[in-house]
Amino acid sequence: MMENMNIAFASGKGGTGKTTIAVNLAYFLACSRQKVQYLDCDVEEPNGHIFLKPTIDESAPAKVLVPVIDQDKCTSCGECSTHCQFNALVTLPGNVLLFPELCHGCGLCIHICPEKAISDGDREIGQIGEGTAVEGIDFIHGILNVGEPMAGPLIREVKHHCKENHVRIIDAPPGTSCPVVKTISDADVVVMVTEPTPFGLHDLKIAVEVAKDLGKPIGVVINRQNGGFPPLDAYLSKNNLPVVMTLPEDREIARHYSMGDILLQAIPSYMDRFMELAVNIGKLSGDTKTQVVK
Amino acid sequence: MMQAKEMVVVSGKGGTGKTSLTGSLSFLFRDKVIADCDVDAANLHMILNLDEVLLTKEFFGGKKARIAPERCTQCGKCRDVCLYDAISGDFVIDPVSCEGCGTCHFLCPVEAIDFDERLAGYCYICSTEDNGRFVFAEMLPGEENSGKLVAMVRNEAREEAKKTGHGLILIDGPPGIGCPVISSLTGTHLALIVTEPTPAGAHDLKRIVELTNHFQIKTAVVVNKSDINASYVGETQRLCKENGILYLGEIPYEPKITEAQKEAKTILDFAPQCVASRAIREIHTKLQSILEEL
Ligand code: SF4
Ligand code: SF4
Ligand code: SF4
Ligand code: SF4
Repeated sequence: MMENMNIAFASGKGGTGKTTIAVNLAYFLACSRQKVQYLDCDVEEPNGHIFLKPTIDESAPAKVLVPVIDQDKCTSCGECSTHCQFNALVTLPGNVLLFPELCHGCGLCIHICPEKAISDGDREIGQIGEGTAVEGIDFIHGILNVGEPMAGPLIREVKHHCKENHVRIIDAPPGTSCPVVKTISDADVVVMVTEPTPFGLHDLKIAVEVAKDLGKPIGVVINRQNGGFPPLDAYLSKNNLPVVMTLPEDREIARHYSMGDILLQAIPSYMDRFMELAVNIGKLSGDTKTQVVK
Repeated sequence: MMQAKEMVVVSGKGGTGKTSLTGSLSFLFRDKVIADCDVDAANLHMILNLDEVLLTKEFFGGKKARIAPERCTQCGKCRDVCLYDAISGDFVIDPVSCEGCGTCHFLCPVEAIDFDERLAGYCYICSTEDNGRFVFAEMLPGEENSGKLVAMVRNEAREEAKKTGHGLILIDGPPGIGCPVISSLTGTHLALIVTEPTPAGAHDLKRIVELTNHFQIKTAVVVNKSDINASYVGETQRLCKENGILYLGEIPYEPKITEAQKEAKTILDFAPQCVASRAIREIHTKLQSILEEL
């Protein structure tokens, strides 16, 4: 059983079809009567809802700490701005300026100020939406406010909504930056979605390094397969990376994607491939358990 | 001397063909320096026929905290003040979760926490065989501060433009709307958005347009793979009109682009007479005249 398993979908670059695969696996598992939770951690470009069409019952702002400076108490000593690691504070004669877009909400300045002139307020960085999607899939996503650079805390917030007794499908942001690493650090299995092109392979290699460093079992999905791409095959076999599914380059898939359709609803004949994917993921996680026992 | 104009190619979501288009355009603009600001997944160098790396610069990102067990008295202060749950019960700091804020380091009563800068990436200044100077960077996986690395790449590109007297810096921006994107947009003269005609594309386009409006950057839009879903092309045109954005035209879906990618070539090189190549040349002509008017 996949209960309580965290399956993260990652990709070195955007646009490889990560969301398509994640959404359809969620749909497939839900159709096979598993309890499924979909967590969209791709908070900069959350797209899962376009396909899963959840009714969002609950929406709440996500907030981070932001310092509030009492200019009357401030003596312009400059301690806060010299300590802040993110250059979010500037001390001028007579007052202190805060640049909220740069502030990471760490609270250091509050502790540091000798005059106790700084207290903690909060700032909204995005929204968390929670609801139910097709086939009873439990759905959570975070939407980062435009112009807001702080993705990390919002991703953390999405992950705090993890539900017990569900298979959790996690759509990670693309790339290998810090928020991505944080997202996959909680996964039991990482599924890397790639394309059989030099770009795809280059980015896959970087993403695989990250997941390996974290000690995660990795499965690879090759999307938009048309003909072979020998360098990819060579890389996968050299590194013992199992291909857990392939999807062909198919204009019909692209067309349904462009209409916001769930692939398996539109073309049920792909069901078999997703069953295979589920089985392969199960095997991968099994591998880790035996390793743990050893 | 006149300052070089900066044009940045962005896309709300990944996989819209942004890098392929930037690569193609780079061969059409004569008088330019090229900068790849997609520091999380740098790809442009793969299609540019690099000649040699002239200079490699180290990039130091943020700091990370580390507890020296021999000095630590296990008082627990650091765990109380760390807002990122990065410090374990037995006082070990998880580098993945550590935000690098320094709070623990400054507040530890016995100075048991080291806090040092870490090498976070490299910036390369290169010559190409037939395409002028090229600056790109690679972020080490899982590192933070890609926004700062983007700023470094842009700075180096400006230096190169100054030295060589070129009038244009062509920037391949990162996908998304987060910190590195903001860093690659600020202060540029023209933003070219590459979008695709899908609900996800339209959704992400709106978000990035908000961003370019926010920074008051002149903005133009190209629809890639335009014939996948014609109805969204109309929607994109409407969106451009409403927001006072230049609509430059469409590039049709061209399977040869994938083939070209497999050989690490631009489509202009691979199939100069195909519809996509012709569309790209037309877009280049329009961009050229927009840049002249700026
Ligand atoms: S909370 Fe942290 S990041 Fe924000 S201003 Fe204070 S010290 Fe800087
Ligand atoms: S540390 Fe406190 S008193 Fe000193 S400049 Fe900052 S806010 Fe003002
Ligand atoms: S604050 Fe310093 S001494 Fe106290 S537990 Fe943390 S590292 Fe150890
Ligand atoms: S530097 Fe900041 S985030 Fe890192 S462990 Fe210390 S308090 Fe936590």
